[in-house]
Amino acid sequence: MVDKDQNKGHTEEPENASRRDFLKKSGYAAGGVAGGLVLGGLFGQFDTAEEGANSDQVEQLQNARTFFKRREDFETLAYASERIYPEDENGPGAIKLGVPYFIDKQLAGYYGYNAKTYMKGPFQPQKSGEYGLQTKLNRGEVFLHGLRKMQEVSQKDFGSKFAELEGEQQDEILRKFEANEIKLKGVQSSIFFELLRQTTIEGVYSDPVYGGNKDMQGWKMIEYPGPRMGWANEIDAEEFLSKEPMSLKEYQGGNL
Amino acid sequence: MATKLDKVDVVVVGVGWAGGIISAEMAKAGKNVVALERGEHRERSDYIGQKDELKYDSRYEIMQPLSSDTVTSRSELDETALPIRTREQMQLGFDVGGASVHWAGATYRYWPYDFEMRSKTIERYGEDKIPEDMNLQDWGITYEEMEPYYDKWEKMAGISGEQDPLAPKRKNEWPNPPLKETPALKLFKDATSNLGLHPFQIAAGNMSQNYTNPDGQTLNACMYCSFCTRHGCDFSAKSDPLATVVPTALEHDNFELRTRAYVRRVLYDGGNKQATGVMYVDEETGEEFEQPADVVVLSAFAFTNNRLLMLSGIGEQYDPETRKGIIGRNFNGQYNSAFHGARGYFKNKRFNLYMGAGALGAAVNDYAADNFDHSDLDFIGGGAIELRQYGDAAIKSNYIVPSDTPRWGKKFKENSLFYAYRGLHIWYTSTVMSYWHNYLDLDPNYTDEFGDPLLRATYKFGDNERNIGKFGVEKCREIMEEMGADIVEEDALPEEFDHVYAGGHYTGGVVMGDDPETSAVNNYLQMWDVDNLFVVGGSAFPQFGSHHPTPTIGALAYRAAEGIEKYMNEGGQLAKAKTKSHKA
Ligand SMILES: Cc1cc2nc3c(=O)[nH]c(=O)nc-3n(C[C@H](O)[C@H](O)[C@H](O)COP(=O)(O)OP(=O)(O)OC[C@H]3O[C@@H](n4cnc5c(N)ncnc54)[C@H](O)[C@@H]3O)c2cc1C
Ligand code: SF4
Repeated sequence: MVDKDQNKGHTEEPENASRRDFLKKSGYAAGGVAGGLVLGGLFGQFDTAEEGANSDQVEQLQNARTFFKRREDFETLAYASERIYPEDENGPGAIKLGVPYFIDKQLAGYYGYNAKTYMKGPFQPQKSGEYGLQTKLNRGEVFLHGLRKMQEVSQKDFGSKFAELEGEQQDEILRKFEANEIKLKGVQSSIFFELLRQTTIEGVYSDPVYGGNKDMQGWKMIEYPGPRMGWANEIDAEEFLSKEPMSLKEYQGGNL
Repeated sequence: MATKLDKVDVVVVGVGWAGGIISAEMAKAGKNVVALERGEHRERSDYIGQKDELKYDSRYEIMQPLSSDTVTSRSELDETALPIRTREQMQLGFDVGGASVHWAGATYRYWPYDFEMRSKTIERYGEDKIPEDMNLQDWGITYEEMEPYYDKWEKMAGISGEQDPLAPKRKNEWPNPPLKETPALKLFKDATSNLGLHPFQIAAGNMSQNYTNPDGQTLNACMYCSFCTRHGCDFSAKSDPLATVVPTALEHDNFELRTRAYVRRVLYDGGNKQATGVMYVDEETGEEFEQPADVVVLSAFAFTNNRLLMLSGIGEQYDPETRKGIIGRNFNGQYNSAFHGARGYFKNKRFNLYMGAGALGAAVNDYAADNFDHSDLDFIGGGAIELRQYGDAAIKSNYIVPSDTPRWGKKFKENSLFYAYRGLHIWYTSTVMSYWHNYLDLDPNYTDEFGDPLLRATYKFGDNERNIGKFGVEKCREIMEEMGADIVEEDALPEEFDHVYAGGHYTGGVVMGDDPETSAVNNYLQMWDVDNLFVVGGSAFPQFGSHHPTPTIGALAYRAAEGIEKYMNEGGQLAKAKTKSHKA
């Protein structure tokens, strides 16, 4: 696994030098996900170029789109989530943490299909926000509507794909959705934005078993130690205790 | 057609604290009891290895799925209510143990004032202190009368606490000593002491040591594992029905627990004013059953208690236009008017806030109930000011940032990483009043999976909620400043109810009292109209007291259990109705 020795505090860059160089050269680390990189290449590099055939490969095999059919939708999602939680000197951003795959997996399950949500009509989608989610669309459909509209706005305003815009331009589009200035069918654009923002953060900080928080790097950045039996012996400690994180898998006792 | 089953002595609907306590007491008394619970059977092993923030804290996995039914909500009488569709906004207990499994465990008794709020307000401030639109009522029971039931509940639940210096002197100590003190709690206690207030460690439904309760159930010392509120305890260290009253009931052959049993009606003989049993559906087969019983107990949480009476045509539905009727009247609860205060951010200090337990905390009660003079204040009632240390996981910690932080992007990330474990929040658990315009009835538009109407809530703030909120925020700011935070921010107070039903403090609608014109049940929670029907839970609160509700629900359940036994021996009404001494 990566970065056993590379994460001593949240100010430290948790990536190894060569990858950092690669990122800088590719224009990724500077100024957002700028210019010309196609996602396939980007993910391809991240997934295979340096880590090679180590234990990470299993995890990689688990990272493929199962909800998003069109690659373009997934690309837009990935670059949007990266603007919400960008890579910086503290550590990786949404893409490297696996957040797009996290969201894909969430949408492929009961959450995306609103299986535990009351879904009987009549619907008043315009009352969403005031009364929580009121759309007839399920969350997966909300994402598809929103992401495709982002693409459309991107072409219209800047003449190119969302994924290929400068970070600032991407932010401009996201802010329009956040402020509900874009019209979507069946849902407010601000509701879509909130879902995007919420699931991005969840992908950064939830247990790696869900596909994000790659190698617990989200937890390392925020110095969160993960699940433990308990803290009965440390609960009254005066000093802040920074601990190496433990995953749910390890907490549950590893493999059967 | 429904299959008719053999008659039992008592049928209990819903198995949380309320239903669990009735079940255990009736089982111990040798009655034939059937308890019906719509969710699944749960046990400790369901919670082992489940310390998962996404699943439980973000997706609310332990709460009732809303695919079949929810509650609809509106603020004004002429609005169309909308169904609250997601569990972010509608948190209800489910499965054996109900919300009483995932509660946090913060334990307070209500004050003598809380039970006699109307009389004592008039006594001290005069009748003019009570606004025209407020249905302020006494509970028909006093603190003195409640004391033995509180005591019984606390011992059964093994509560860990210390004497609150301002509360009535306890007849018995709390069954267990208080939980440990952390640096954050100590800071709060020191600051409030400096200000001349009276801090204490919050009494907790988390065991400070191993404990065996009077029923012989064993609870283990709390591990401070942090996955407590919204989670089930995997160490049997939390006071919950699964560790206490459910196993106690199950030890008796005369008790039967049926799960996946969704109760749809109370069977009611209007001529004789008797409940004859209940009708339920086996959720695994779709089959309908009638369960006849001598006594019917509704303990399915405030919402279902109200809805089942309405669906079954029992009692008169409250109508805000005429202000007549009883069922659904005085709907109340702590929504977004309560739990505001101040946040403090400490630039040079980090607390181990990822460690904690559901009810680990400190509080002051100087501004609770009528412990302070309201003569010059524009509200009545009060609450505790609390600092809690629940144990926050990473998603939650990430949102604890000063309010000028952007909501996403580079600066957001920077601040959320920096401020994690540096932010403390103190809040005021303020009273909520009942008003003529807030009530429950059946929704005209939305139905459940069987086509039965959903419950509809009509709710908005009164002036009391706004004014008490402002007061609380100011007091919390003073304390936070004394605590020495570098940045102190007051919580923004909401203009209006936001239709979020989070935190489980939803109450009223089948309220208790001594006057059948303003209450549905007497002080044994026996219906005035129907002698063999007991409606147990927060549905009985005429208005919301100064604190979290559950110990009072537990104590009332013990009171009701005593009443049921009495009724089975003697029959008839257990309490005398009093002629009304106040305006309806
Ligand atoms: C996150 C959270 C934290 C909380 N923390 C605290 C706290 O610290 N202190 C405090 O005092 N209170 C707290 N509460 C409130 C507390 O959980 C409730 O007051 C308490 O659990 C209510 O107990 P009950 O027995 O009335 O209802 P429940 O425990 O909810 O039991 C009701 C049961 O009835 C079942 N049921 C419902 N409808 C039907 C039907 N039609 N047929 C059959 N069964 C049915 C349900 O499935 C459920 O199991 C908290 C609540 C929440 C949500
Ligand atoms: S904090 Fe204590 S009581 Fe709560 S779940 Fe953990 S061990 Fe159980």
